[in-house]
Amino acid sequence: MTPLSAEVPTAYYLVLAAILFSTGVGAFLIKRNVITVFMSIELMLNAVNLTFVAFAHMWHQIGGQIFVFFVMVVAAAEAAVGLAIILTVFKNRSTLQIDEIDSMKL
Amino acid sequence: MQLALFIIFGALAVAGALNLLLQRHPINSALSLVVVMMSLAVLYWSLGAEFLAAAQVIVYSGAIMVFFVFVIMLLNAGEEERTHGSRAAYLAGIPGAAAIFCLLSFVFLSERHNLGSINVGGHLSHLTSNISELSTVLFTKLLLPFEVTSVLILVAILGAVVLARKEQ
Repeated sequence: MTPLSAEVPTAYYLVLAAILFSTGVGAFLIKRNVITVFMSIELMLNAVNLTFVAFAHMWHQIGGQIFVFFVMVVAAAEAAVGLAIILTVFKNRSTLQIDEIDSMKL
Repeated sequence: MQLALFIIFGALAVAGALNLLLQRHPINSALSLVVVMMSLAVLYWSLGAEFLAAAQVIVYSGAIMVFFVFVIMLLNAGEEERTHGSRAAYLAGIPGAAAIFCLLSFVFLSERHNLGSINVGGHLSHLTSNISELSTVLFTKLLLPFEVTSVLILVAILGAVVLARKEQ
């Protein structure tokens, strides 16, 4: 068995998901463009999906994969509504900078 | 093969995610997110989830990201500007993300011996294919949630149309 055909510990998949998730959190907080902030939410959803699939593989159960399927459906619906909201905000304020969209601030 | 796949596509996913974080122009961020999603599809396949790998390519990198790129083009979004909120975001964002990463990877790596390991086809060797297994559960035990998602999609479509239409 060559080294490259070795098995991968499940923990490595989970650490990869942790890297992607925390990159998503960082991008969510740092980015100043509404569309990019929304994309980093999608990145976080993808990272969580990876942990679901890894655990489904580990326990030989299909439940995790079904959960990922439902997350994908909800993410598609969320993207449609979210981007429609972004379109409306741009139409009313003609800006995409989140610092300028602050009318709900106290 | 498993380790090679994991290293290549894991590195590609991390590179794409970091590129999303570092690029200033939204279209560059969107295209690097496509890279992340495609490499995650390969990782799903290596974990024995062929249906999800296909769905990831079709739904995420196909439908959702095309929608994102379409909106970026439609709004003609330019490079983001540095604003007064940026400094506070940097101060809170980078340490917060690093803390989450350190906590999660500490827990995962300290439990790595209990978590076991993964090789290609480990899950596929027994029973039938992954898709028939998935659809059996989806259309028998979970039929009601599956049908409810169709209502959810319908509501989302109606909401998007109402929000984005032209004011009369």
